[in-house]
Amino acid sequence: MVSGLINENPTVYERKERRVRTDSSNNDEYSVEPIDQLEIFDILLLQLHHIRDIRDPEHPYSLEQLKVLTEDSVEVDDGKSYVRVTFTPTVEHCSMATIIGLSVRVKLMRSLPSRYKIDIRVAPGSHATEAALNKQLNDKERVAAALENPNLVEMVDECLSPSFE
Amino acid sequence: MDLMEKNMELIEVQKLEGHTDRVWNAAWNPVSPILASCSGDNTVRIWEQSSLSRSWSCKTVLEETHTRTVRSCSWSPSGKLLATASFDGTTAIWEDLGDEFECISTLEGHENEVKSVSWNASGSYLATCSRDKSVWIWEVLGGNEYDCASVLNGHTQDVKMVLWHPTMDVLFSCSYDNTIKVWWSEDDDGDYQCVQTLDESTNGHSSTVWAISFNAAGDKMVTCSDDLTLKIWRADISMMHSGEGYAPWTHVCTLSGYHDRTIFSTHWSSDDIIASGAGDDAIGLFVESKQHDSVNGPSFNLLLKKEKAHEMDINSVQWSPSKENMLLASASDDGMVKIWQLETIP
Repeated sequence: MVSGLINENPTVYERKERRVRTDSSNNDEYSVEPIDQLEIFDILLLQLHHIRDIRDPEHPYSLEQLKVLTEDSVEVDDGKSYVRVTFTPTVEHCSMATIIGLSVRVKLMRSLPSRYKIDIRVAPGSHATEAALNKQLNDKERVAAALENPNLVEMVDECLSPSFE
Repeated sequence: MDLMEKNMELIEVQKLEGHTDRVWNAAWNPVSPILASCSGDNTVRIWEQSSLSRSWSCKTVLEETHTRTVRSCSWSPSGKLLATASFDGTTAIWEDLGDEFECISTLEGHENEVKSVSWNASGSYLATCSRDKSVWIWEVLGGNEYDCASVLNGHTQDVKMVLWHPTMDVLFSCSYDNTIKVWWSEDDDGDYQCVQTLDESTNGHSSTVWAISFNAAGDKMVTCSDDLTLKIWRADISMMHSGEGYAPWTHVCTLSGYHDRTIFSTHWSSDDIIASGAGDDAIGLFVESKQHDSVNGPSFNLLLKKEKAHEMDINSVQWSPSKENMLLASASDDGMVKIWQLETIP
């Protein structure tokens, strides 16, 4: 594994106040709310039950704090069962982009209903080999094979393990 | 038979449950009412149709051999052998002994995941391909012996599928590098070379090519891709049969706008219906247009699109070789194999 950190001094942004959702109008326990952008963002970064903070593989700060993932990163259409997450790796040549992308996909796969189609991409202009990376992150067979690799799974699980607070 | 003039429907005959992970591929036995399916659960299931009830049930599970996902399976032309390709880097050969299947050989050599395996028309050769970018040709010797005859390099990325031509010993492969390659041994001495590459410059695909299928005559071919299209190709194979040398494949037409997610599989039936299976959970059926346009050449029309054929991505569609009925098998990420019948609605 890499001995020195690739990005030694990441810019850390302040964490956004978590918005409390009040839905007093809906008292029906069994009604199904459509999944929206905030919920997916929460899934990616917040919720206890699912993954709270996807940790940046190299730093203990969360991906939200490093602006790798923001609410705007998530485009969702629940009616079409579609979500696209765009993330911004911290350094242009960030070699951890594959792990981040894979972790985001795994997190969503574990959290969203199976009807969902998931696309993951790096923000345009944010990575040297953007097209190649996007292709790899969205090739289902490659992702499946990667997730059978115990080393990769371990890295992804570390990335997804709850942070200490 | 002009199918476009009738009302056709794809009716679900049966849902085969049992796999505990996504099903990647389904393959019909060429001679018996048997279907093989392979899965991310590392097993292969053999389904048999009861002659009495006509329903399908799981006859046997081939397990404890592959240690990772089984990605594709292919029956030998005789129907007695089944080859299974796995992410564990090996290709297993199984023999149908009646009550059970026995793994009689394991082909090793690829550096990483094997994606596809194909038998040639006479059953004398096998081909495999892998993420290691190579295509291997294996000779079938007697006594359950298989020998690596050739290692073909040329693709610059992960090779997704290999398929032998239905009548000639010409091998086709398609890849993550967006191309389709044609391999041929001109002097028939086992020295295979890449004789053609179908890429974007020859009207080829602009993203990963996932599958290839030939019509019965072997003079037309369909390919499908992550670029959301199906492409039809043709070649003057009578030229090859008469020994005049290699007949190149040329693009005929592109079918686009029918699927909005990656098309993972396509299969050309013996009665000329092309099936497609995609990440939009739908099955598409296409037939050649009756209107022969001498300027633009043959075109294909959508016969029908079966939306939500499965609850998740469809990875494989395969027409049954049986002449009796138009049966189609589909395999999906939802863990199901489904058998469909194409019927005319009165």
